[in-house]
Amino acid sequence: MNLKLLMGNEAIAYGAVEAGVQVATGYPGTPSSEVLSTLARLALEKGFYVEWSINEKAALEVAAGASYAGARAIVTMKQVGLNVAADPLMTLAYIGIKGGLVLVVADDPGPHSSQNEQDTRIFARFAGLPVLDPATPAEAREMAKYAFELSEKLSLPVILRPTTRTCHACQDIELAEVTERPRPASGFEKSPNWVILPGLALRRHAWLNQQQEVARELLEESGFNRLINLEGEHEQAEAGVIACGVSYNYVREALNLSWLKIPVLKIGTPYPLPVRPVLDFLTRVKRVLVVEEQEPAVEDQVIALAWRNKMITGISGKNDRLVPREGELDTDKVKTILGKFLETASAVPEATAGAPELPLRPPVLCAGCPHRASFYAFKEAARGTDAIFSGDIGCYTLGVMAPLNAVDTCLCMGAGISIAAGLHRAEPNRRQVAFVGDSTFFHSGITGLINAVYNRANVTLVVLDNRTTAMTGHQPHPGVGRTATGEQGIPVDIARLVEACGVEFVREVDPYDLEASINAARAAMEYPGPAVVIMKRECIALSKKQKSYLIDHQLCTECGLCLEDPGCPAIGRPEGRPEITQNCYGCGICAQICPSNAIREGAR
Amino acid sequence: MNLDILISGVGGQGSVLASRALALTAMERGLAVRTSEVIGMAQREGSVVSHVRIGEELYGAIIPDRRADFLLGLELAETARALNKLKPGGIVLTGTTTIVPATVQLGLSTYDREAITNYIKKQAGKVFFLDLEELSRRAGHARTGNVVILGALSTLPGLPFGSDQMLQAILRFVPGQFLELNRRAFETGRAAMEVA
Repeated sequence: MNLKLLMGNEAIAYGAVEAGVQVATGYPGTPSSEVLSTLARLALEKGFYVEWSINEKAALEVAAGASYAGARAIVTMKQVGLNVAADPLMTLAYIGIKGGLVLVVADDPGPHSSQNEQDTRIFARFAGLPVLDPATPAEAREMAKYAFELSEKLSLPVILRPTTRTCHACQDIELAEVTERPRPASGFEKSPNWVILPGLALRRHAWLNQQQEVARELLEESGFNRLINLEGEHEQAEAGVIACGVSYNYVREALNLSWLKIPVLKIGTPYPLPVRPVLDFLTRVKRVLVVEEQEPAVEDQVIALAWRNKMITGISGKNDRLVPREGELDTDKVKTILGKFLETASAVPEATAGAPELPLRPPVLCAGCPHRASFYAFKEAARGTDAIFSGDIGCYTLGVMAPLNAVDTCLCMGAGISIAAGLHRAEPNRRQVAFVGDSTFFHSGITGLINAVYNRANVTLVVLDNRTTAMTGHQPHPGVGRTATGEQGIPVDIARLVEACGVEFVREVDPYDLEASINAARAAMEYPGPAVVIMKRECIALSKKQKSYLIDHQLCTECGLCLEDPGCPAIGRPEGRPEITQNCYGCGICAQICPSNAIREGAR
Repeated sequence: MNLDILISGVGGQGSVLASRALALTAMERGLAVRTSEVIGMAQREGSVVSHVRIGEELYGAIIPDRRADFLLGLELAETARALNKLKPGGIVLTGTTTIVPATVQLGLSTYDREAITNYIKKQAGKVFFLDLEELSRRAGHARTGNVVILGALSTLPGLPFGSDQMLQAILRFVPGQFLELNRRAFETGRAAMEVA
């Protein structure tokens, strides 16, 4: 017996290992990252290949290549990562695959850690690919295994789409012992069918459309779709619920809490929607409520199915605004929705009476974070100007928080430099500064930089090089050179790369040296044409605390600059006057800011 | 039996270890478990909650409102923030530790310790206030408040496992050189409840 407490993402990784995965690729993104980091941990022992790719497009292409040669491959990313991988994906659906190819695309309704709430189930339908939607970590692991089989049966990539509440939930799971090494790949066989051209595309488009019906038939047999609370073949009911993914949990628990027993059809394969179980349900239940998060992916298919079969079953959900399209669902919300749908008196939730005002506690940059120092330096250098600071995706997006207020725009991975270039075209006399993290620079920032150089945009790019992909859990990237499985690869030097792109102003600075940083920032912003400053200092989570600082109250005038300017969480006023707490990491920025020289090294 | 435990705190206080350790203890007793933790952006000094659900018939990992049997709070205001999850008559163990966020220094919000304390007293069926800062210092390291509070919890009735089983589960998450420290932290939490 091998019972383990596994996070959904770990469970997916184990499912892939049980399926004999041979190649695993991905780009980190919350809530998906732990799938690939778990696979990286298991790779050497189990004998398969794992890489953190430079971005999702590269990840999918590497996996596709492996699959062309007959290897089973998995690709992991978050929902917005699929946009980056969309180009290869949409045509790979035409070409088809040989070795099973599974994309794990984690959705983030809420959103908790994302810039949007896009629904991968809709994307799957757009691409013509089957999508599996797990309700629990245990089911996610079963689906991961099944997805490889399904992929090979259909010769199509298959998408496994967990949401945050499956990715980051833990469950007790019984694991199978995997002793066999993955089978060797059968090998690439040359054929014109691997080369997409318009003529082939037309033929394969027709094939892809046929495969939708083949997939639908295969999924009709799947145990991931099942019926509860409707026993016997002929039993009928007034009302029932169709629930997809994690929403199934909320429906079951809400029914239990409301002492209700009505039929529920669980859907684990939202696209292509299996016809038979749904039609059977519509025949036996007079009114149906469809409960799912995000888009009405299942609901719209159910409505179409009912229409085509001339059924008069009432179908409620998002289209009649009972179920919200935005944000996450939970048991309490579903309880209220069920109350409305069933027209039962739903208990009015008791307000938590007399709650005092609680302090706002948004996430902030850590004490000692080098990004804080970098933002501070550029703000100082830009003081008195109307410079615009364009941000990007990573920990440093938190530079938007007060008191730094150092991020004026943020859109998507790698966008900052090009947004700055566009702002420059509209307002040529305004200073434009774009900030990008090291991993994001490699992901897609570099294309924007080359575009800026080629078109001579007068912008400054600040690469916040903290030697890791910090936000998602410290994955390595090309600048570090270390690979996903810990081997030393070839580190790609950002400064040399930037020079090779044609940038003539390139400086590398340690953000903990405030004076040098401000000087480099000024020089870069005054430079006519693209300028790059690389702020290089390892993430504090990866390096041990060096020293602490304290405030000498003999010298402190309580001017509040150290509190109000950098916004370091290690400085507060526990008893009225400014104090440095034990959270101090020892970056020394406050000591360099203090006009009274009241901050010095030493333990409190 | 079904048992729901909510752990609240500030990113970096170790609520993930606490919920995983509780879940592992229950799992090793043959019970089904679910946990849900905040991983990602909100970790960085933001409000975090971990859900632990133990029992026979489990669905989602998120505890519905007013269903938690226990609320373990590692930071005073975060305890208050999570109180809507506590069932009527539920038990609260909370640190008296306050971590004042930058928004308060900047005048964007307030931290009224007394009002928050009174609110916790009013809402909880029973509340134990623990000076986690002092207790973890006594145990040997300021960052062991999560284990101290688990030690305190282990003295209360209503858990489907014993304190030894809890301690063993905790130690399985801890690297070798910190085993003794965490054992002490757990015992310190237990001892604090004898006085409380």
